Order: sequence, then C-alpha cells, then structure tokens
Amino acid sequence: MTSLREIDAGQIQQTVARLCQEAATLLPDDVLQALRKAREKEESPLARKVLDQILRNAELAGENLLPLCQDTGTAVVFLEIGQDVHLIGGDLHEAIRRGVGQGYTDGYLRASIAERPFSARINTKDNTPPVVHTEIVPGDKLHIKVLPKGGGCENMSRFTIMLPGEGKKGITDFVLRTVEESGGNPCPPVIVGVGIGGTAETAMLLAKKAITRRVGQPHVDAETAEFEQELLEKVNALGLGPQAVGGRTTALAVHIETYPTHITSLPVAVNLQCHSARLKEAVL
Amino acid sequence: MTELKIALPLTDEIVEKLHAGDDVHLTGVIYTARDAAHRRMIEALEKSQPLPFDVRGQVIYYVGPTPPKPGQVIGSAGPTTAMRLDRYTPALLAAGLKGIIGKGGRGPAVRQTLQEHKAVYFIAVGGAGALLSRHIKKAEVVAYEDLGTEAIRRLVVENFPVIVCNDIYGADLLEQGKAQWRRTEVLQG
Repeated sequence: MTSLREIDAGQIQQTVARLCQEAATLLPDDVLQALRKAREKEESPLARKVLDQILRNAELAGENLLPLCQDTGTAVVFLEIGQDVHLIGGDLHEAIRRGVGQGYTDGYLRASIAERPFSARINTKDNTPPVVHTEIVPGDKLHIKVLPKGGGCENMSRFTIMLPGEGKKGITDFVLRTVEESGGNPCPPVIVGVGIGGTAETAMLLAKKAITRRVGQPHVDAETAEFEQELLEKVNALGLGPQAVGGRTTALAVHIETYPTHITSLPVAVNLQCHSARLKEAVL
Repeated sequence: MTELKIALPLTDEIVEKLHAGDDVHLTGVIYTARDAAHRRMIEALEKSQPLPFDVRGQVIYYVGPTPPKPGQVIGSAGPTTAMRLDRYTPALLAAGLKGIIGKGGRGPAVRQTLQEHKAVYFIAVGGAGALLSRHIKKAEVVAYEDLGTEAIRRLVVENFPVIVCNDIYGADLLEQGKAQWRRTEVLQG
C-alpha cells in the first residue's frame, strides 16, 4: 500500500497568500521577454511608446513592490492534487479562501469581488471568494497556480458551439471577430486562450488553462501548434496594436487547448488575457 | 504624432489644438469616477441637485486605485474600460465636462456628444498602474467616501501621460490605427 504524504492546510493558506502578492507585483519572465521582443519588432511609433510604458511599468512595480495594475483581479486558483496527498489541519477550500483574503489585505491589493451579483453587489472587502479549479493527478505533490484575472479582459470572453464542419475556418473567424470587437478593452497586446472541444463548460475551462501556459511555448501536438501560429499571424494582422492605438502587436501569443467532443458538436471558447499576464505557482 | 504639455483645466482654446493620436502630458487637477460614482452623479443631475464638484472645464479619470501603502499618495492607478460608462457620459458632457481619461473605445453617441460639446476623450495605458501612480502627486476623497475605491477623488497630476483618442473634429484614434496597420492580405490568406 502506498503511504500518503501529509500537507497541512495552514501551509496551503500561507502559500496562496504569498502567491497572490507576488503575482500582483512581479510580471513573469516569459511575459517580459515576449513584450521586449514585441517592442523590437513593432513598427508604429505610437505603439512603441505604449510598449515602453508597459515595460517601464513592470520595472517600477517589481522594484517597489507595487501592483502592476490597479485591477488585481479575481483570484483564480488552479490546484493539481496528487492522489497520494493527505490534506490535514483543516478544510482545503477554506484554507485557499483565507490565503486569498490574507494576501490581498496584507499586500494592499484591490478588493474587486461583489457578492449578490445580480442585485446589491456588495464588495466582500478582501477579494474573496476565489474561483478554484481542482484536478486529481498522480503523485504526492500539490501544485498551486494563482492567476489574478482582470475584469477588462475577462469581460471579453466569448463562447459558441459551431457545426462540426465549420472546422478551422469557423474557429479562425470566431477568434478574429472576438479580438477585433474587444478593441482596447482587454488591454492588448493580449494572450489569446482558445478552448476547443469537450462540452460547453470544458471549452471555457480549456481556454482559461491555455492562458496559464508559458507565453509562446507551442502546444506539444504539431497540428495544434501550427494552428496557434496561423492564428497569431492573423490576430496581429488585425492592426489593433497595443491598447488598440494601431500597430503590429495585438497579441503576444495564441494558445489552444483541445479535448475530444461529441460527433454533433464543435464547442469553441475564447478567453483573453491582458498584457499584465500575472501568474505565480508553487509546488508543495 | 504631436507631443504636447498641457496645464489643466481645459479650455476651448486648448481642445481646439488637440488631434487624435497626439501624445499629451497633463498637469493640474483631475477627478476620479467609475461606475457607482457615475450612477450617483446622473441621479443628482436628474433631480437637479448639485454635483459633488463643478464639472465645467474639468477632466474625469476612470480609475479605481489599489489601497495606498503607508506613506503613498495613492496605490496603482491605471484606467478602466471606458465603454461601461458610455451610458452616463453624454449628460456629464452636457453639464460642461471637458475631458475624460479611460481605456478602449467609445460608442457613437459619446463620440458625437464629444464633438457637440467640444470635449476630448484621452486614453492612458491600461495595465500601467504603477507607472501612472508616480505622476499623481496628491489625492483626496471629495465625495461618496462609502464607495471605497470607487469614491470621487481629486488628484493633482504632473506630466500625466495620455493619448488623444477622440478629438473635437470627430477623429477616432482606434479607427485610424486599425486602418493604417491592418494587413488585409494576411487576413484573407
């Protein structure tokens, strides 16, 4: 019999609190590199100025531990729980909720979550509750990712179910329409997450997971990776540019995730991530 | 792309010089307001009650900053999506508001009203909240304190970097930009 590895809820809470604060202030290296590369290639003078401000902002935020953006987002937490992990010392979801509340309060991050969403919309004051996605995986580790997701880009998410025959052409048109209609709202240059397949909710979750991949890292499947490149070239041909002022850099990357789907269906979801693509992770 | 330094408040003479795409640095007083503050201001206008500040000639910045750390004037303070405020904007422009700072484009009604009332919509760089906060030298809540981050604040800014998006002549930077940089041959390929 395999022995179980114990992980304490208190440790999870402290880790989540730390990740919330780090994510809000430190832009990941892969995102910085993609932005620098975009700045070198950008031809529009105004777009270059915008990219310069974005890069300078990341420096200032990192040096002074200031939030990169005032919208410190919904705390989206992805958990991969090893099946040989035994969680002790409290309720897992409560530990994550407390970690988020602690991280946002101690880090002077903005509380942006409203309860009673269709009526009173009362701010919960500590940015809780988070949105948590859990997955059981082999092993005895707990992998935690914190993705602070801004409202401006999340509001531009789109979902559709196409006819199976619409294929790549239909998906391409849908992605281009989504990016073009969103204009400057999601804070381009964006990362375009595309989820294809499964059922309705699978597609949107895949799209969200797609934006947690390291920027520019191609999909392991060659056909999917090729489609990502085709889409990236077309998205950048839209000409929106950084903050939609016009330019070559509308997206830093297009990431696709797929799942087999029903013979009658082709669910497609798009989740956009702003250039302040904040993400921090830890393995316990 | 013209570079301009402007001392606030705005006047007809100043806005006549501004064109979509101009790179502008603002110095002076601006006021913050987001969704909830706009709803209250519009209610006040509908009931013919006074607004919390005289909007004539003034600039409203769509921002909900992070809480300041001890010793800070203000937390991170970048622009929020302007389109959400489109429904409230024409009434404020009619009341004399002369400038707005946000991110993203405006709908046709706002664009038309900007022209009618000789007012300008600027964009600041969304997601540059740490950088923009350094150009804010003073911040005080002047109304709706209960709204927290959405309260109306009076800010004193210095060389605050913005770009003219919609000028008084009807030009729109986002349309111009797309027209100039779109690669139709790739899109059709």
